[in-house]
Amino acid sequence: MKYQPLADISPYLPQWAEISRIQKLTESERLFEMHLADGEPLGHKPGQFIELSLLGIGEAPISISSPPGVENSFELAVRKVGNLTSAMHRLKVGDRVGIRGPFGTHFPVDETQGKDILFVAGGIGLVPLRSFIKFVLEHRRDYGEVTILFGARNPSEQLFLDELEDWRRRDDLRYLESVDRPDPNWTGHVGVITTLFPYIHVDPSKTYCVVVGPPVMYRFVIVEAKAKGIPDTHIFLSLERRMKCGLGKCGHCQINHLYVCQDGPVFRYSDIFDLEEAL
Amino acid sequence: MALQIIEKSDLAFFVQNLMDHFQLEGVQSKGQSVYGQAFFYGTIRSPAELCLDFDCTVMPPKKYFLPPQEALFRFQTGPSPACFECRPNKPLVIFGIHPYDLKAISQMDRVFAAGTPDPHYLARREATILIGIDPTHVAPRSFWASMEAAVVSSGFDLMMTDLGANYIVETGSEKGKALLGDYAKVRPATSDEVRQRVSQRSHIADMGQKRGLTFPKREIPILLQHSLTSPLWEENATKCLSCGTCNLVCPTCYCFDVWDDMELNLTQGQRLRRWDGCLLSDFARVATGENFRGTRTSRYRHRFYRKGQYLFFGILDDVACVGCGRCAAFCLPDIADPVEVFNRLKEKLN
Ligand SMILES: Cc1cc2nc3c(=O)[nH]c(=O)nc-3n(C[C@H](O)[C@H](O)[C@H](O)COP(=O)(O)OP(=O)(O)OC[C@H]3O[C@@H](n4cnc5c(N)ncnc54)[C@H](O)[C@@H]3O)c2cc1C
Ligand code: SF4
Ligand code: SF4
Ligand code: FES
Repeated sequence: MKYQPLADISPYLPQWAEISRIQKLTESERLFEMHLADGEPLGHKPGQFIELSLLGIGEAPISISSPPGVENSFELAVRKVGNLTSAMHRLKVGDRVGIRGPFGTHFPVDETQGKDILFVAGGIGLVPLRSFIKFVLEHRRDYGEVTILFGARNPSEQLFLDELEDWRRRDDLRYLESVDRPDPNWTGHVGVITTLFPYIHVDPSKTYCVVVGPPVMYRFVIVEAKAKGIPDTHIFLSLERRMKCGLGKCGHCQINHLYVCQDGPVFRYSDIFDLEEAL
Repeated sequence: MALQIIEKSDLAFFVQNLMDHFQLEGVQSKGQSVYGQAFFYGTIRSPAELCLDFDCTVMPPKKYFLPPQEALFRFQTGPSPACFECRPNKPLVIFGIHPYDLKAISQMDRVFAAGTPDPHYLARREATILIGIDPTHVAPRSFWASMEAAVVSSGFDLMMTDLGANYIVETGSEKGKALLGDYAKVRPATSDEVRQRVSQRSHIADMGQKRGLTFPKREIPILLQHSLTSPLWEENATKCLSCGTCNLVCPTCYCFDVWDDMELNLTQGQRLRRWDGCLLSDFARVATGENFRGTRTSRYRHRFYRKGQYLFFGILDDVACVGCGRCAAFCLPDIADPVEVFNRLKEKLN
C-alpha cells in the first residue's frame, strides 16, 4: 500500500492514521488503537474529539478515549450505529483512516489537581470520560479522592471489562456500578445511575463532579450532585450534538451562542445551566 | 480617489470591457415571481442583459462565495488512497449589488475569517470584485433602512449611484480603482453631482423607511432576551412547513452539510459541502435518534435568535439580518418576516 502525504493546507483535509490494534468491547463497540502516519503525536487533552473520516463514506465526531501518552498512539471506541461507524467495524489492523483535530475543549485536568473527583459515566459516556479517568490514575498523587460511578443499561453493555475489574480491586479509588436491567449472572446493584448516589460521600468543599452520558441522564445526575452540595462551577459535562465541520462554521452543533465543537464538548455547568437548549 | 462619473451612454462600453476580461456576473430580469418581475444573478453575455434598476433579486449573491454545492477536496480510494485539494480561484466581477447585500457579504467575510479561517470561502471572496449599486426601487417586503443597510461606506470595490443622466462612482479599493482606470470612460464628478448624490441617497433611505422596525435595531438582542417564552413562536411555528426556504434565500444564512460523493467507478470521489438550513427537521438530529431541536417551534425560534442575538454576541457585534425581505416574500405561510416578528414581540413586551 502506498499513501500520499497530505499537506496541511485546508482545515477540511484529514491526516492519515494507521490502526495498530483492534479490540472488541461489546457486540456493538470496538476499540481502535492508532497513530498518525507521520509519526507525530496527536497532541490532545482528555475530553477532546477528532473527526474520523473514511473516504467515500464520510466523517463523524469521535472522542479520544485514551489520555495523552508517552507513546504517540491513541484510542477511539466506536459504537456501530450507522454508515461510517459500521464501515469502521469492518477495518483491519494496518488499515488507514482520516483524522482531523483534535477539536474542542478538554476536561479540567489542571483545575482539579489536589481536589477530589466524582466521575459519573452513563453507557458509552465512559468512552470520553475514560481519557480523564486514566489520566488521573496515571498521575494519581496529584489528585485527591477518586470516585467512579458507572451505569449501563444491562451487563452486556459494560465496556472496558479489564479496566472495570482493575477499578473494582484498587484501593486508591471507589468504584460503584449499576445496571438498569440485570441478567441472571448479575450480582451487583440494579437501578438507574442516580440510585448509586446514596452510597457515596463527598466533601463538597473540594469535590469536582464530571459527568458524561446520554442526554436524558444529565438533568437527573446534576440534581444529585447539587444535593451533595457540589457547586455548579465544579460540575463539568460533555455534550453531544450533530457536527459537520468541527470549526464553528456549519452551524449544526450550535447551542444558543455556543458551538459545541469549539466552545465544548466539555462545559462547566455554571456556564450553560441557563441556556435554553443545552440540557 | 474622488468620485467619478460614467455617462449612461458609456455604460455598455464598461460592461463589454469587463465581459472581455473577466467572468462577469450581474442581475438579469427573468419573468415573474409572486411579487412581480423576478431578478436573478447570472452570467452577463451582452451589455443589454445587465439590469441595474432592480428592486431585489430572488436569490442573494452568496452563491458566488458559498456555492449551493462545492467540493472541499477530491479523493481516490483503492491501493493508494489520496486526497487532492480543490482551491477555487476563478476571478469574477459581480456588477450590481445593493447595499444590504454588500452588508451581508461583509458579515459573511467576518464569519468565515473568524476562528479557523475557511480557505474555500476566502479564496472565492479574494478572487471577486464587487460593484455595488444604490437601489432605485424598494421591494415590497424589504426593510433595509431600519437595519441600517440603506447605504454602505465599505465592503465594495466600486459603488455606483444612478443620478438619472449618469452614474456617480465611488472607489472602495485598489482593485476598484484599477477596474475604472483600465476599463471605463470616466471623468471627475462636479460638486453639483456630488451634492446630487447626497440627496439621492437620502431619498433612497426615505424610500426604504416604508416598512421597518418600530424601535432601534440595537435593541433586538435585548428584546429577544425577554422573549424566549413568548407565545408568538408557537403561534407562528404551527404554520411552518419546515421547508427551509427562509434559510435558502437569506444572504446571511450559511450553515452547511458535508458528505462524500463517489464516482460510479467507486475509486474516486469528492467530499462536498452543500447549503443546509436550521429550519429543516433533521438539522440538529444525531445518529442515535436524538433531535436537539425536534419541534417546529424550537427550529423556527432558533433562526430569529441566531440572527438577532447569537451571532450578535458571538462574532458580528451586529444583527445578522440586513432587511432584504427575501424570507418574508418567499415564505408560503408568511410567518418568516423578521420585521413583523420583532415588532410584534416589542408590542407584546410593552
Ligand atoms: C463530540 C462527540 C463525540 C463523540 N464520541 C463518540 C465516540 O467516542 N464513540 C462513538 O461511537 N460515537 C461517538 N459520537 C457519536 C458519533 O459521532 C455518531 O454515532 C456518528 O456520527 C454516527 O455516524 P454514522 O455515519 O455511523 O451514522 P449515520 O446514522 O449513518 O449518520 C451519518 C451522518 O448523518 C447524520 N444523520 C443521522 N441521522 C440522520 C437523519 N435522520 N437524516 C440525515 N442525517 C442523519 C449523522 O449526524 C451523521 O453525521 C460522538 C459524537 C460527538 C458529537
Ligand atoms: S418559516 Fe416559512 S420559509 Fe421558513 S421553513 Fe417555515 S414555512 Fe418555510
Ligand atoms: S432574515 Fe430575511 S430579511 Fe433578514 S437578511 Fe435574511 S432573508 Fe433578508
Ligand atoms: S460542527 Fe460545524 S459548527 Fe460545530
